[in-house]
Amino acid sequence: MMAAALKVEKLTRPQVAWRIAQDIPDGAYVNLGIGAPELVANFLPADREIVIHSENGILGMGPTPPKGEEDPDLINAGKRPASLLKGGSYFHHTDSFAMIRGGHIDLCVLGAFQIAQNGDLANWATLDTSRPPGVGGAMDLAVGAKRLVVMTDHCTRDGQPKLLESCSYPLTGLGVVNRVYTDLAVIDIKDGQFVVREILAGLEPAQLQEVTGAALIFADDCAELKTETGVTE
Amino acid sequence: MIDKQVHDFDTALDGLSDGATIMISGFGAAGAPHDLAEAALERGVRDLVIISNNAGEGERGLSRLMKERRIRKVICSFPTSSNSEIVKELYAAGAIELEIVPQGTLSERIRAAAAGIGGFYTRTSVGTPLADGKEIRTIDGIDYALEYPLHADFAFVKGLLADRWGNLTYNKSARNFGPSMAMAGMVTVAQVGRIVELGAIDPEHVVTPGIFVDRVMEIK
Repeated sequence: MMAAALKVEKLTRPQVAWRIAQDIPDGAYVNLGIGAPELVANFLPADREIVIHSENGILGMGPTPPKGEEDPDLINAGKRPASLLKGGSYFHHTDSFAMIRGGHIDLCVLGAFQIAQNGDLANWATLDTSRPPGVGGAMDLAVGAKRLVVMTDHCTRDGQPKLLESCSYPLTGLGVVNRVYTDLAVIDIKDGQFVVREILAGLEPAQLQEVTGAALIFADDCAELKTETGVTE
Repeated sequence: MIDKQVHDFDTALDGLSDGATIMISGFGAAGAPHDLAEAALERGVRDLVIISNNAGEGERGLSRLMKERRIRKVICSFPTSSNSEIVKELYAAGAIELEIVPQGTLSERIRAAAAGIGGFYTRTSVGTPLADGKEIRTIDGIDYALEYPLHADFAFVKGLLADRWGNLTYNKSARNFGPSMAMAGMVTVAQVGRIVELGAIDPEHVVTPGIFVDRVMEIK
């Protein structure tokens, strides 16, 4: 049975982003990868000071500016308009990647094509050689962030599992992923295995296993996937 | 007297010839010196090697050089932006060579050239196809890949302010690759929004000291 056939309502991307944001501690320096992970910035708990790092030279990045206040010289890593919070700073690329590679970033959230049970990540190239590959900062973030979590749909659009025994796509980093947040579950990578910490309400463990390409271990204290209704972009 | 101001593109690009390697600053359109890149097009040079984070975005600058087939090879981290259609077409047609370099490695290779460093070891790319053929050295139990400096005949950067000594400031996230590339170019040309009197830039606010800059051109 593929995910599309499941009788439960999967989390939306904003809901997954909300779930990730709940786990980010006060005072953390956080890099959000381009694409879906950018949504996490919209759900940071208001009672925590979390400093967003953007690889193009920003610390203390703020939300999307109101229409009419965009500045072409102030953009995020996805090249969309950004803003700067009080206390924020600008710096050049080599310093920015010293922050990344040098282990100064507490948490990085990246998207993925595939994640292996040993923590290998594939998120920059497919096997299609007619299109140029683009790696951007993903390989630096993969090895440099103190903690790396992935935000992804549990399966591809055509229902193929993305959590696998080993990746078939070109790798971004070896054994780098600590946790995966999907639209069905929160899964840690521990000692070369996928350990389910939270599972979507109404989804049976066997159903989750069926849409996963590697054996799942269910934690003794495996809980219902925390979510918030009414979460939108 | 030192006066690095230039007032026309011929002087700005003096010495640029076919086959040259050019660093072009910018992250997307932010900090991209479109006018200098287009001046290279007007100059008629071809067979260029470009070092830049992206491989042309939108219609201007590097995209125009690419569209006119003036570029042999691009060394970049991310040529696949949504508005980088020209490079995708050229790549599919086998009409351009791409060297994909992780963004931090790209930046550090540029800095290494600028700083007289012969190479460095980084964990980035170890175990991936981008480390194929590279020396791997284990240091304190961690595997690192050997990376070499990236040199360039010219660096084109975009600043906010300059003075006649070539001191530069930048604007917000348009700073990106500017400072490292300015340091690395054999000839560094900066296009800036405004040239101010010597001393008008607070020395504490100079981001790129003039020693790294050869020519500055005010382009409104």
